[in-house]
Order: sequence, then structure tokens, then C-alpha cells
Amino acid sequence: MNLWLIPIFPFLGFLINGLFGRRFPKQVVNVVAVGSVLLSFLWVLKTITGLGAMETAHVERYFTWIQSGTFNVGVDFAVDRLTAIMLLVVTGVGLLIHTYAIGYMEHEGGYYRFFAYLNLFMFFMLTLVLASNFLLLFVGWEGVGLCSYLLVGFYFTEKFATDAGNKAFIVNRIGDFGFTLAMFLIVRHFGTLDFGTVFEQAKNPANSAVPFFAICMLLLLGATGKSAQIPLYVWLPDAMAGPTPVSALIHAATMVTAGVYMIARSSVLFTHSPAAMDWVAAIGMATAFFAATIGMAQTDMKKVFAYSTVSQLGYMFVGVGVGAFSAGVFHLMTHAFFKALLFLGAGSVIHALSGEQDLRQMGGLRKKIPITCITLFCGGVAIAGLPFTSGAASKDLILETAYARSPILYWIGLLTAFMTAFYVFRALFLAFFGKYRGDKHPHEAPFVMWAPLAVLALLSLVGGLLSVPRWLEPMFPEKELNVGQLITILPFIAGFLGIALAYLFYVAKPSLAETAKNSMGWLYNLIYNKYYVDEAYDLAVVNPLIQGSRSVLWRGMDAGLIDGIVNGVGRRSRGIGNILKLLQSGSIRNYAAWVVFGSVILLIAIGLSGGPR
Amino acid sequence: MTFNSVPLSWYLMLSAILFVLGIAGFLYRRNVITVFMSIELMLNAVNLSFVTFSYQLKQVDGHIFSFFVMVVAAAEAAVGLAIILTVFKNRQSLRIDDVSSMKY
Amino acid sequence: MWGSQSWLQPAFQLAYLMTMYNFMPSGDDYIRFLPEIIMSVMGTFFMVLEGILGDKKEGKGLIFGHLTLATLLAALLACMYANGFPGNAFTGMLIIDGYGTFFRVLVIGVGMLAVLSSYQYLKREHAEAGEYHALILFSIVGQCVMVTANELIMVFIGLEVSSIATYVLAGYLRDDKRNNEAALKYFLLGSFATAFLLYGIAWIYGASGSTRLDTIQAFLANRDVAHNMALIGTAAALMFVGFAFKVSAAPFQIWAPDVYQGAPAPVTAFMSAGPKAAAFAVFVRVFMTAFGPIVDRWEPFVWSSALLTMVIGNFAALMQSNIKRLLAYSSIAHAGYVMVAIAAHNQIGVSAVMFYLAAYALMNIGAFAVVAHFSRQGEKYVNVEDLAGLGWKQPVTAALFAIFLLSFIGVPLTGGFFGKFYIFKAALDANLIWLSVLGLLNSAVAAYYYLRILVVMYMQEPGESMASLQPLSTGISVTLWASALGTLILGIYPAAILTFARSSSAFLK
Repeated sequence: MNLWLIPIFPFLGFLINGLFGRRFPKQVVNVVAVGSVLLSFLWVLKTITGLGAMETAHVERYFTWIQSGTFNVGVDFAVDRLTAIMLLVVTGVGLLIHTYAIGYMEHEGGYYRFFAYLNLFMFFMLTLVLASNFLLLFVGWEGVGLCSYLLVGFYFTEKFATDAGNKAFIVNRIGDFGFTLAMFLIVRHFGTLDFGTVFEQAKNPANSAVPFFAICMLLLLGATGKSAQIPLYVWLPDAMAGPTPVSALIHAATMVTAGVYMIARSSVLFTHSPAAMDWVAAIGMATAFFAATIGMAQTDMKKVFAYSTVSQLGYMFVGVGVGAFSAGVFHLMTHAFFKALLFLGAGSVIHALSGEQDLRQMGGLRKKIPITCITLFCGGVAIAGLPFTSGAASKDLILETAYARSPILYWIGLLTAFMTAFYVFRALFLAFFGKYRGDKHPHEAPFVMWAPLAVLALLSLVGGLLSVPRWLEPMFPEKELNVGQLITILPFIAGFLGIALAYLFYVAKPSLAETAKNSMGWLYNLIYNKYYVDEAYDLAVVNPLIQGSRSVLWRGMDAGLIDGIVNGVGRRSRGIGNILKLLQSGSIRNYAAWVVFGSVILLIAIGLSGGPR
Repeated sequence: MTFNSVPLSWYLMLSAILFVLGIAGFLYRRNVITVFMSIELMLNAVNLSFVTFSYQLKQVDGHIFSFFVMVVAAAEAAVGLAIILTVFKNRQSLRIDDVSSMKY
Repeated sequence: MWGSQSWLQPAFQLAYLMTMYNFMPSGDDYIRFLPEIIMSVMGTFFMVLEGILGDKKEGKGLIFGHLTLATLLAALLACMYANGFPGNAFTGMLIIDGYGTFFRVLVIGVGMLAVLSSYQYLKREHAEAGEYHALILFSIVGQCVMVTANELIMVFIGLEVSSIATYVLAGYLRDDKRNNEAALKYFLLGSFATAFLLYGIAWIYGASGSTRLDTIQAFLANRDVAHNMALIGTAAALMFVGFAFKVSAAPFQIWAPDVYQGAPAPVTAFMSAGPKAAAFAVFVRVFMTAFGPIVDRWEPFVWSSALLTMVIGNFAALMQSNIKRLLAYSSIAHAGYVMVAIAAHNQIGVSAVMFYLAAYALMNIGAFAVVAHFSRQGEKYVNVEDLAGLGWKQPVTAALFAIFLLSFIGVPLTGGFFGKFYIFKAALDANLIWLSVLGLLNSAVAAYYYLRILVVMYMQEPGESMASLQPLSTGISVTLWASALGTLILGIYPAAILTFARSSSAFLK
């Protein structure tokens, strides 16, 4: 089926635009960038229709990448039912967002560069999805991280943007560290990284000695980095500093879901370790809840949606954590629709207001930009999980399975659903209802921008009809769920209640919101400041790291101790702190003293460990 | 053979003492040239060990090795003194502690 | 007839003895030693030529540069040819095997890249003289001898030939204070450490009665050596000091930052790649063969040294503002990763060492070549901040530099990634779980300071340092492209080197 064509189209787009884009007129850049994604989308369609039922994975092996002894890693692509969904989401939503970006980025500098990076991102994302072994997946994994870094820092001149890029990169390194270790453990115990072989062997009961728990926890660490879960979620809200289409494509629809995809892909390993599954579910639930509370107090429209993304990703983790892998993937897909829609809609609002993102400077936009308003409300009802929308279908499935696993998960999830409906509609009401509070002159988005919005709005409403769980049935057998009628209906009610409360606070009686805010001042501040997690991280990790290395190794390495010994002890009595300032004084004798010191230690150690063997 | 009247281990001990003296010289002396001579002392201590072992093992290898060491030490001396000379030209000083502009 | 002439008798007897005991080198021996012969002869010739050409000759730098490249190319071919004649040379003084050939090719390649990157530098500093190139050749000769040594005598001689030439190179610009200081520090501390190594050799000679690696190995493996374990342990420790110093492993790494910072940038590029790789090669060979039987004794020391090296290198690099010093600390950190592979003391570990050193040499030379290009006369611009806006001013230079930095970080599709991958795989195979975990954490920390350079290059406005920046010279740009391509090839198709590395690490039983 020539699967390699799927990622190679965007890669060619990247090469053409990256190398020659500077000299092209904008139209050519557009055609190359969007055309390459379109080709790749069409090829995905052709592949999927051509493969038919896909009962087993269709694998294509291209060449052996590494061969060392019995350990082989090839550049192999594979398509199965899970991959098919991911491919459709990535190329489909990607196509819409590329189209949208034509309008959105029209007035920005570095136009060709932006599209080149975006295409490069598509290449790595598709590699990640198509990869048929852990290492190739990791290549895509790192690649999308790199592109995310480049695109978040796209507005070079803003220091905040570069800081945000750094934060994303470094936090992700921690996650990657977990992923790498997990890969090593897999190689060690299975002797290969190939998905098919590893999962086949994992099913074999003879392999009970494999530390599934450790492997899964390390994979989970990787996933929490990429998918912005507790404790590594801090980078995602900051990453909103990038252009809005980037937020929609990378930080909502595709890249951040890679962690969920990876866990679903490794479902065989995870099912061997129920404890690790519980961790996945617990982390997901905690993230969903905390992010939702933070989302309630944000005033930046994109920040609201950013925390909502973190929260929704938490739901997906709950889904895969309680064993409802297909529900998790289902939610991944519907979330891609409605969250891409919300971000693009927010982008359209921001575009209309020439860059204004603060909800307090909006209001009454309903009449000025009606199409954006209608589509955004479609996204809103979907994320709130009102009946018959796509969000309802997937979220309810997750919550029901969670109930079967543990009712506590369900109740927290329900509360989160309520909060979700509340804060999303709070943002929408603040933006579109009431009186306009800003001083700009809003204008409706051009066709290239609102057309993708309309398509996504449609998908958000009816996307739930695509029966993903049934499609994935052969891969992830469904458990029979026996939950009461009430359990199924409660999420709807929570959604309605959230919207109603938002309506009450921000449309009907705006003064109530102020009163509520004031009556719970400390709580509001805590939430408004995102529980001070950034500050805590700075205090607990970043600063000690920098200060520690500063005082230990770098500054003032006056030759306290060594000089003392050399010149006669006590001639210069100094604080004990100087023991730490020994290295690198610049003096040769001091350095030689270190060599001697090291040798003496070595000889003593040898002496101590000596004697007959 | 009056040689036998001194046990071989004494030579080794002398060699070790010389080596340690060389180290001490390197650490305590402040004149670059003296420091450099301390290194020569260490090399000579090694030579003494080689010759002693060679005698004990009734082999010629150790003797040959000590010749190599001497040749290398001579080459090192030539290069080393040249380096010390350029340092002196630039700084008008042979104090080893003055050569410490790069640190941390 | 001959015998009757009594004054010829001793010579005749000597010749007889030499043939009798096969002391006469055979033709094959000369082929095995051909690369060294070519380089030493040409190096000596350069010194003569320098005298003939005198001071005034125009374009001297070009003549010597091209001649050196040609010499190195010839030596490279000679290495490949010599690889067809595996075995011992000169009655077991040298051994030509895949491992030796690998490192010979590596150090000669490093030499070529270093020469390429120094054309413009020497011209800029008005220091085009034959001795620079002669010294580079001599240093490479020393390294080649080191990596093929099968005798502790040869190890010592190779090490010294290489080091003495490098001492001079470090202080090559005679009138530069930083150069002087670097040379003096390197020379004094280097000789100091060599004395330790030598003392170690003396003791192991005394204990085992031989300086041949295989004989020592056999002695340690077969005989009941418990009674003089103290002697052997001391010898191993003293040799460890000498080697650890040369590879800048903690706690003997202290000289490296000062020397790397002070030496001329192309020399730093050369010495942080070539001599270091050679020192690692001989370190591995000596400890894996001669001291192989007592591996469980030295492994803990390599273990602790590896950890300490990584930590010191990475954390000190976090605080640096001088880019040469930053790269110096980074090179210490990378030495730490290689030590992890040595601690694994298995065959994968050895091939990981080989692969990593190749990848590291490429990216390191590339990075220092950028510094050589960027620093301008007298190395005025060597701060990280001075790189601000390089991404705008010279996109190609910046992009190539970015490849090296990403490889240092260990991003997939670069050589650095696979290097680390194999190293930690080897470590895990050897059950060094904690060391691997700590090592990987270290490499996560390291991302920070490399990233800072990227950020400065791409995301800050160009400052005054950009005003006088010349376009890339041909020599530097060849160096950069070659190293970048090499880095990517190692990342995309690692099998190219890995297969060879695996087959030639077979000297470990």
C-alpha cells in the first residue's frame, strides 16, 4: 500500500517550503503546504478503503535500521484499526487547520517558515502514528516535540514565547527519560522493540518475570510529559504562546494525544499490570479535576481552552486507565474535533479583535462575528457533553466504565464534567453576550477561516455517530457494562447544570459572579494562580539546581581546603562552606592536589577491597 | 656480589619515597622550574623501580623501559622548558600561582 | 670468509641472533606500521621545508595545509590497507586488528577535520607555519601508536608522543597569554599524571614480569595471584589515574576546562576529539585485556568515576557563559557517558564506546569549528551571548551548529542519540541499573545548556558581535558539512559503523 507515502508528502512540503519558500509568493507556499497534507489525507483514505476490514495489522518493512546481534530495529510502518483512526484524525484535522492557517497567518512575518515547520510536524506525527516499533515511535515522539518547540517559539521576539518553548522542551525531556528507560527494559526482557513481537511475547504466560509494572510506569511517565498530565502538565498552558493554529493542531488535536495513543498501543503490556492501570486512571482523574478547577478562573480565552485540554486529556487517561481503551481513543477523536474547533474559533475571535485574548475585553461579539459564534457554541455543547453531541458519546462511555471500576472515579468525573460545562460556557458567554467592553473593531473571519470551523462544528455535533468502540472491538474487547439508567443520564444533567450556572452568572445576573468570587477570595486566588505549581516547581527544583551548581562548582572556588593543607592548616580558617568551593581555582598546584587526592582515595579503596579474593 | 647485601625491597621503598617526594615537590614548590624538576624526580623514581624489578626478574626488559623513559623525559624537558620560557616572556614571572587567570 | 674477520664478529652475531629470534621486522610489519611511517616522515619533512621556505613566503599556510591533508589521506589509505594484514607487528609490540584500525581511522579523520578548520584561523592570527602541521602529524602518530599498542611500553611512548605534540599545540600562539597558560597547565599536569601511569606500569611489570598485554592477562587469569593482589591493585589504580586524566574523567578532569578554554579553537577541536578518543581506546584495551581477569575489582571505580564525571560536567556547564568553557565541560560530561559503557565491561559496551567516540568526535569538532569561525581575531567573541542572532545572520552556520547541539542533547536521528542508546543498553545489559538511570537523568539536565545556545542563536536580536562576522571560509564550511553529514548518517544509518564496531570488539573473549 506504500504507507511511506503518507508521511513523505508533508516532508516534501517541508523541504520545498523550507528551502525555497523565501522566494515563493504566498499562494505557492499555500498550495505546497496545504496540498501536501491533502495528498497525504487522500492517500490515507485510499489505504484504509484498500485494506478493508483490517482484522490484523498490515505491516510494511522498508529497511533494517539497526542490527546488532539478535537485536534488530527496522524502519517499519504498520496500519491496524487503531492506526487508521489516528491517521484520519491527524490528516483530516490537520488539513482543516492548515487551511485555516492560510487566513490566520496572512499578516504574520515568516510565513513560509511557519508552514514549513507545520509540515515537518505532520511528518513526525504521522511517523509516530505509523511506526511499528517503539524506537521509530520515539523518533516521531521527539520530532513532534522539536516542532512544537520551534512553533511555540515562533514569535521569536517575545521573550515569553521562547521561555515557553524552553519549558515545553525541558519538561518533555523528563518524560522522554521515562520513555527511554522503558524502551531499555523492553529490549532487555523481550529482545526486540517491534510491537507485534513484544505484544505476542507479553501474552505468553512464560514471560511472567517481566517487570510489567516498571515498564508501564515508565511509559506512563513518558505519556504524562507528552500529554500534559500531573505532574508534568505545566508546559501546556504556557505553550499557548504560539500562534493559534499551532495550539489547535499540536496542543489540542494531535501531539498531546500521543501519550494516550501510546498507552492504547501498549494496551497488552498495561493489561498485565493492573496496578499501573490504576495509576493511569488516578493520574488522569486528578489531572482532569485540577485542570478543570484552574480553567474556571482564567481570563485569557486561550488559557481557558488550554486547561480544558489538560482536563480532557485527563479523561482519556481515565478511559485507558480503567480498561476502556476504545472509549479513550474515541474521546481522543471527538476531542480532536471539538477542541480544534474551540481553538480555531478562539483564534477567529482573537483575529477579529486584532490580537486581544482577554475575556474581560470582549463581550457582545455574537452580532459582530455570527459564524464564529455559532460554531463555537457547537463546540461548547460538545465539550459540555449535551445529549447527541460527539462529546457526550465518548465521555459517557468513559464515565460508565469508570463507574464499573470504581464509583469514586465516576463521581469526580461527574463533578469535572459539571465544571467543564461551566467554564467553557463562562468563556463563551463572556465573549459573545453582554455588552462589548473593548475598543477594537471586530470583523468576521474570511472564508478560508470559517469554512474549517463549519466542518469541525458539524463533526463535533455528529462525530459521535461514528462508532469507534465497535470498530476497535477486535483490538480492545469491550466489557459488558451493567450500570443503571441514572449513571448514564447524570452526565447530561451535570452538563446542563454547568451551562445554566454559567448563564446565571455571566448573562442573567453578572453581579452574582462577583459576589461568589469575593465570598471565596482565598480559593479564587489559589485557583487563579494555578495552585502556585509553577512557583513551587521553581522553588523546589529549578532554583536549587541552579543555585546548587553555582555555589558548588562555579563561583568563588577559592582554594579553601587545599590551600589550607598546603600552607599549613588553619592559617586561613574559613567556613565549612568553602569545602564545596574547591574545584577549579585556576591554580596548577591546586589541580595537582586534586589529582593526588583522587589517587589516594583510589589507593585506599583498592587497599580496603584488597586481600585474597 | 656485595649487591646482595641490600635487600631488593629497600630499592623499591627508596623508589616509592622518591616518588612521594616528587609529588610533594610539585605541590609545595612555587617556582615553575622546580615544579618541573619534581616531575623529573618522579620519573627517576619510576626508573629505579624498573631497574630493580628487572634485576629481580633476571630480564632486560625493565632496563630497556627505563631508557625509553629517559628519552621521553628528555623530550619532555625540551618542550617543557620552551613552554616555561614563553610563559616567562609574557608574564615576567616564574611563580606558579601567577598562572591562574582561567578558572571556575 | 666473513667469520675470519674478527672485528665483524659481534655484528655478525647480532644479525644471527636477530634472525634467529625473529627480531628482524618482516615486510608485513612495515605495512602494518605504514600510516605512522608516512606521517612521521612527512612531519619531519615539514620542519625542513619550513626552514627552506622561510618566513616571507606567501601562501605558506595553504601549502602546508594541503600537504598535511594529502599526508593524512595517504595515511588513511595505508590504515585501510594495513587492516588487510591483521596480527602482531614488531614481535608483538603492536597489534593490528579491527579495533585498532577503527581508532586509527577515527584519529586521522579528526586530524583532517582539524586541519581543514584551521586554515583561516592560522591566517587570521598570522601564525601560518609548518610546525603547526608537523605537530598535528606527530600527535596523530602518537595516537595511532597508542591505539594499536600491545605493549605497555608502546602505550607509554604513543601517549607521550601524542601528548608532547599537543602540549605545544595548546600554546601554539606564543604571544597569547591564554595560550601560554593552557600549555603550561596541560604540560605540568599532563606530565604529572603520566608519572603515575608509568609508576603503575613499573609495578605491574614487577608483579607479572611482563609488559605485554596478553601476557599480563594470562598471568592474572591463570596463576594464583592472591598473594600479590596488593601490588596488582596498586598498579591498576595508578594506571587508572593516568588514563582517567587523559580522558578527563573525574576526579582527574580539572585540567580540561582551563586547557580547552585557553588553547586556540581548532586545537581544542582537535584535542578534545583525537587524543581523547585514542586515550579511551587504549584505556579500554588495557583494562579489558590485561586487567580483564580482575574486572570485578576495577568496575566499581569506573562506575563511581563515570557518575562523578557526568554530574560535574553537566552541572558545571550549566553555569558557563564562555562557550569554549561550556563545551569543555560538556566534553567532560560526554567522557562520563563513555565511562558508563566501560563500566558495563561487555562486548556491547566496547562497541558502544567505539560508536559514541566516533559520533562525539564529529559533533565536537563541528561545534568547535563553529567557535573557531565565530570568535574572530584574538578570540574576541567567545561568550554564549555573542551568538545572538546567528540564526538570522548566517542561517547555514546556525543550522549546522544546531545539528551538533541536538546531537549533544541526544535527539533521535542524530549520532548522539544512538551513541547514548547503545551506551545505556550496554549498561543495562550489565545490570548497571542505577548508573543508567542517573546517566539518563544527567542527559536530561544537559539539554538545558545546549538549548540555551539554540535559543540565543535563533531567538535573540543580533548584537554588535554580528557586525564584523565574515562569511564561512571554505575550510570551515567543509569541516562543518562533513561533520554534520557524518552526525546525521550515524543517526539515520548507524549500522554503517556499528557492524564494524561489533565485529572488531571481538578481541574481548
